[in-house]
Amino acid sequence: MKLYGALIAVAAISLAAGLAGSVGALQPLLGIGVPYCALAILLVGLSWRVIRWSRSPVPFRIPTVCGQQISLPWIKSSRLESPHSTLGVIGRMGLEVLLFRSLFRNTRSRIDQGPRLIYGEAKWLWLGAMAFHWSLLVVVLRHLRFVVEPVPAVALWLDGLDGFFHVGVPVLYVTDIVLIAALLYLLVRRLREPQVRFISLFTDYFALFLLLGIALSGIWMRYFARVDAVAVKQLALSLTVFSPSLPKNLSAWFFVHLGLVCTLAAYLPFSKLMHMGGIFLSPTRNLANNNRMKRHVNPWNYPVKVHTYEEWEDEFREKIEAAGLPVEKH
Amino acid sequence: MRDRGLIYSALALFLGLVTFPAWHNLSAHVTGKGPEVRLPVNAKQCVAPVEYMRTSHMNLLIDWRETVVRTGRRDFTAAGGKHYNMSLTPTCLEQCHGARKDFCDRCHDYAAVSPPCWNCHQDAKAVLRSAK
Ligand code: HEC
Ligand code: HEC
Ligand code: HEM
Repeated sequence: MKLYGALIAVAAISLAAGLAGSVGALQPLLGIGVPYCALAILLVGLSWRVIRWSRSPVPFRIPTVCGQQISLPWIKSSRLESPHSTLGVIGRMGLEVLLFRSLFRNTRSRIDQGPRLIYGEAKWLWLGAMAFHWSLLVVVLRHLRFVVEPVPAVALWLDGLDGFFHVGVPVLYVTDIVLIAALLYLLVRRLREPQVRFISLFTDYFALFLLLGIALSGIWMRYFARVDAVAVKQLALSLTVFSPSLPKNLSAWFFVHLGLVCTLAAYLPFSKLMHMGGIFLSPTRNLANNNRMKRHVNPWNYPVKVHTYEEWEDEFREKIEAAGLPVEKH
Repeated sequence: MRDRGLIYSALALFLGLVTFPAWHNLSAHVTGKGPEVRLPVNAKQCVAPVEYMRTSHMNLLIDWRETVVRTGRRDFTAAGGKHYNMSLTPTCLEQCHGARKDFCDRCHDYAAVSPPCWNCHQDAKAVLRSAK
């Protein structure tokens, strides 16, 4: 039900956007109202989540490390796996964000004949995740050609690189194939592996189907249905300068693509996709492991009224001594 | 931890980057007007309906190329019954649109596409054109 529910939800959104997009009177709503609202929800929602996270107390260093921490000078410490300085933390975070280092350590366990428990490497998930995230980044950066004029150099450069093979017209982008292949792998893995399928929720499938829908509608529009890219850019530019005007010849396929993208944008702050910001705020990753070098005083400590043993002994000294019990201070 | 200053600066940087197109376009006075394409003076009708040409002229050109190179036939009959020579520079440019920088390149710079056709195919001389 979670699987089919998510599939039906994404199909329904696409259908609604496509149908509404083919009705002229509804186009302003879809082409102007919805994108502005979705972007506002994205920016406000994301800021709200980050601000809430920033207010939670982190009184103690709790990095999860997998290397030797700094100690005696003759014991070699691992600066990246158990960083004790800000520089080390930046290096560790950089590797995590750019190369998914912790996922690279992913292992699998299975029971062999014997029975014997076997642990092994499992790098496919890492590869699929890297392929997906990097091609998504390239695709998003390439889209800058629609929203910035003159087109920024990075978009032109990525465009050339991505179309390097000059296959077909319009030129085939390598990232389009990688993106779809990676998303399909991530979906199939979720369905095929019983444990992963068991813990999968609606939101897991919904995010995957949404991204697949966006990528497929984009590919469909570029290589098969064809849309007027000049008209799309006119709309996008008019939105960015807050004087929206809707060109006439926009096809329904474009509205499917845009509708799904807006859904993703508005959904992102409330979903697991917030890991985009969360990764930077993970206390198990972004803190230096220097608990034994620096004293971390809980900044939320409040004065507690205490009654020490010495005070207690002073209070009852006569009675203790009268009873013949030992005292600390004579 | 007292990292809020850092967190809020990073958040502000992120918001600034996401809204970069708006800052950039507003300060560069960009509008949604689109590229200014010079139209031919001596013809009213393209080889195919203009809506089709807007989205799919590249498909038509590739069709032409493959027909010419593979079958040697060069005659194209348009929907209105008019005949054209299936040829990039002589028909598209010399017969109507003139220099590519007045026509093809206007849109292509706008949409950031740079078809490699001109590595081999010749440009045409600019001819008198009425600005759109
Ligand atoms: C009205 C604007 C416009 C004009 C004029 C125009 N084009 Fe294009 N052309 C485009 C757009 C937009 C694309 C890219 C479509 C896309 O990215 O899906 C394109 C793509 C192409 C492509 C495919 C390139 C690729 O790498 O994908 C070729 C080939 C092409 N145009 C040839 C020409 C030629 C030749 C001319 C001049 C005779 C011309 N076009 C005039 C808008 C135009
Ligand atoms: C490597 C060089 C080269 C490139 C690049 C190239 N062509 Fe050609 N093209 C040729 C040659 C050679 C012919 C054959 C000419 C003939 O037989 O008359 C040809 C023929 C054609 C023809 C039919 C004949 C004619 O007179 O025009 C068309 C149309 C055509 N090309 C379009 C394109 C388009 C569109 C592009 C860009 C996407 C392109 N070509 C890129 C070399 C090239
Ligand atoms: C998360 C955001 C988005 C993703 C992942 C995405 C994905 C894609 C993909 C995979 C393609 C196929 C071609 C390519 O790779 O360039 C594509 C094409 C396209 N997208 Fe998007 N897209 C997104 C947002 C948008 C937005 C906001 C717009 C509106 C300005 C848009 C307009 C288009 C258009 C017009 C095409 C066709 C391009 C062409 O014909 O060359 N996309 N998109």
